[in-house]
Amino acid sequence: MVGLIANRFLQLVLLLFGISFLVFMSMHFAPGDPATIIGGPTATESDLAAIRAELGLNDPVLLQYFDYIRGVVQGDLGYSFQNNQSVSEAIATRFPQTLNLAIASMVVAILIGVPAGIISAIKQNSWFDVSSTTIALAGISIPNFWLGAMLILVFSVQLQWLPVGGLNAPFWSIEGMKQLILPAITLGTASAAMIARMSRSAMLEVIRADYIRTAKAKGVKRNAVVWIHALRNAMIPVITVIGLNFGFLLGGTIITEQVFAINGVGRLMIDAIAARDFPVVQGTVLLVATLFVVVNLLVDIIYAFIDPRISYD
Amino acid sequence: METLLNVNNLVTSFRTAKEKIQAVRGVSFSVDKGETLCIVGESGCGKSITTLSIMGLLPDNGEISEGSITFQGQELTKKKEEEMRRHRGNDISMIFQEPMTALNPVFTVGYQIMEPLNLHTNLGKNEKRKRAVELLNQVGLSNPEKTLKKYPHELSGGMRQRVMIAISLACNPSLLIADEPTTALDVTIQAQILDLIDDLKEKMGMGVLMVTHDMGVVAEVADRVMVMYAGNVVETGTVKEVFENPSHPYTKGLLASVPNVDEEDHSLEAIPGTLPNLNEKIAGCRFHPRCPYAMDKCRKEDPPHFRITDQQQSKCWLHEEVPSHESTHKAYS
Ligand SMILES: Nc1ncnc2c1ncn2[C@@H]1O[C@H](COP(=O)(O)OP(=O)(O)OP(=O)(O)O)[C@@H](O)[C@H]1O
Ligand code: SF4
Ligand SMILES: [Mg+2]
Repeated sequence: MVGLIANRFLQLVLLLFGISFLVFMSMHFAPGDPATIIGGPTATESDLAAIRAELGLNDPVLLQYFDYIRGVVQGDLGYSFQNNQSVSEAIATRFPQTLNLAIASMVVAILIGVPAGIISAIKQNSWFDVSSTTIALAGISIPNFWLGAMLILVFSVQLQWLPVGGLNAPFWSIEGMKQLILPAITLGTASAAMIARMSRSAMLEVIRADYIRTAKAKGVKRNAVVWIHALRNAMIPVITVIGLNFGFLLGGTIITEQVFAINGVGRLMIDAIAARDFPVVQGTVLLVATLFVVVNLLVDIIYAFIDPRISYD
Repeated sequence: METLLNVNNLVTSFRTAKEKIQAVRGVSFSVDKGETLCIVGESGCGKSITTLSIMGLLPDNGEISEGSITFQGQELTKKKEEEMRRHRGNDISMIFQEPMTALNPVFTVGYQIMEPLNLHTNLGKNEKRKRAVELLNQVGLSNPEKTLKKYPHELSGGMRQRVMIAISLACNPSLLIADEPTTALDVTIQAQILDLIDDLKEKMGMGVLMVTHDMGVVAEVADRVMVMYAGNVVETGTVKEVFENPSHPYTKGLLASVPNVDEEDHSLEAIPGTLPNLNEKIAGCRFHPRCPYAMDKCRKEDPPHFRITDQQQSKCWLHEEVPSHESTHKAYS
């Protein structure tokens, strides 16, 4: 286990180097000059030159990159071009909203996807199976922004049960939960659908396994055969899909935050890209990459818990 | 000897997309206490489906459409699922062919052995543990305490089959059904496992119903043999009778095709042709397309079972003239 964590840490470091380099270079060579955006429409050519000099944009690009990395290694993600706020601070104030949204969506996805997939499998070809498979297909195909807009129209505008947007009340309060419901469903639907499909096919395979027949021959009750003997085996491939989906969800927060006016990291990133605010873009990208690696590590650890055949020694 | 299991005219059929097909076509036999009955026959002849009918574990599209199965005097075919469940792993237990996959990979051996005890007994935690250790000792696994904590992937095929046997014996079954328990194991382990089953049968006075397509296994463990062909029983008798005086043409072919007991592949080259499909309609004796002795009558009428000796019966017109216990089958061999 220690080996696994060390391995993942090394992987993370390499990944962060690679990603930061790519992002740095693509920002640098992309059209658009941060100085014009910072200086505004009235800035003169000399104003702009002064801004560039101040930001170090005239240095050779590799030097700029190494300066940046030196800072990151010391825990300094730099300062926003737009308002001089520290990037770590900007992320810290936005991150809780994004994390809440991602976790809530994952919970929605698992709570719907796993039972739906399993019931589909044990009642294969029943009306439940047919309708849930169809809904899952639809769920994967619906774009987030459209689903979000529809949910807002129905539940917020028409029925007025839930707020139209925002996410600022604490998530444990009633108000916070109300704010979280629609975005979580919007973001979680596609993942729920993917998890349901995987759970169904994994379960279908497992219930035909010889050890399931053994369990029945021992006199294990029907329900216990499914929920004890089959479930744990069927969850092994599903965990992988859940892990992958978490990464996918983090990406999805960008759109969902726009639709529901949530002040999260996704919006921070979009605004920063529009403003050519390099340090903020870099910081948010690095955050997402780190989360992705951490989630994968968690998945590997969970694996070892549910499947005794896996050991990391 | 006291009769333990009595199967009478069992017909088991499957619903398929097109039609209803019969995999078992009126099979009758019995197993006594302390006796081993072997079912032999080539792949697809209905051996496993016969045993699964007894266990009440037929695939979803299968059902017992006729006949009766009595176990210790009780009719099993009329029992509800919950009543059948209380028999399974308790007084009727079953072991299967695939030791490598028959144990659940995510649970310890200990959990899997104690599970039938949880289901069918009121033993306390410590008693169950003690019983599990005792069972592992009984099936010849050294270091039982340690084995209890192991997962199936940490054991060899032979050890897993021993664990399976321990599981099946947990509640002292009266009837043990073993469907090709040694087919997947190599020859030395195979002999050990058969010895073990035989030993335990003697000690516990169980009836054993063993499925195999290996005549070598039959010679080693069976008291009586039942030969199946295409869903029918074609011959029954004691091992001695069937091996020394096989009466049904199919049995003769089966015995002639055993090249060497120790060889893996007992192909039936001595009997040309293949088993008919389940949906194939065959008038008369279902074996006639492959039978070297087939007569006109065989193509028209299905033969009943003719009694050859006290124990031996043959479903073949060749034995029609046999008046009583007098055997004339030697004339045809
Ligand atoms: N669920 C099912 N639906 C339709 N037919 C089935 C089903 N299960 C088994 N059968 C058929 O029933 C027949 C008997 O099968 P069975 O498993 O009893 O054969 P067997 O004698 O045990 O053969 P083997 O030696 O290969 O194990 C076969 O023709 C098989 O194809
Ligand atoms: S009844 Fe006829 S066809 Fe059938 S086994 Fe006997 S001789 Fe052969
Ligand atoms: Mg079989």
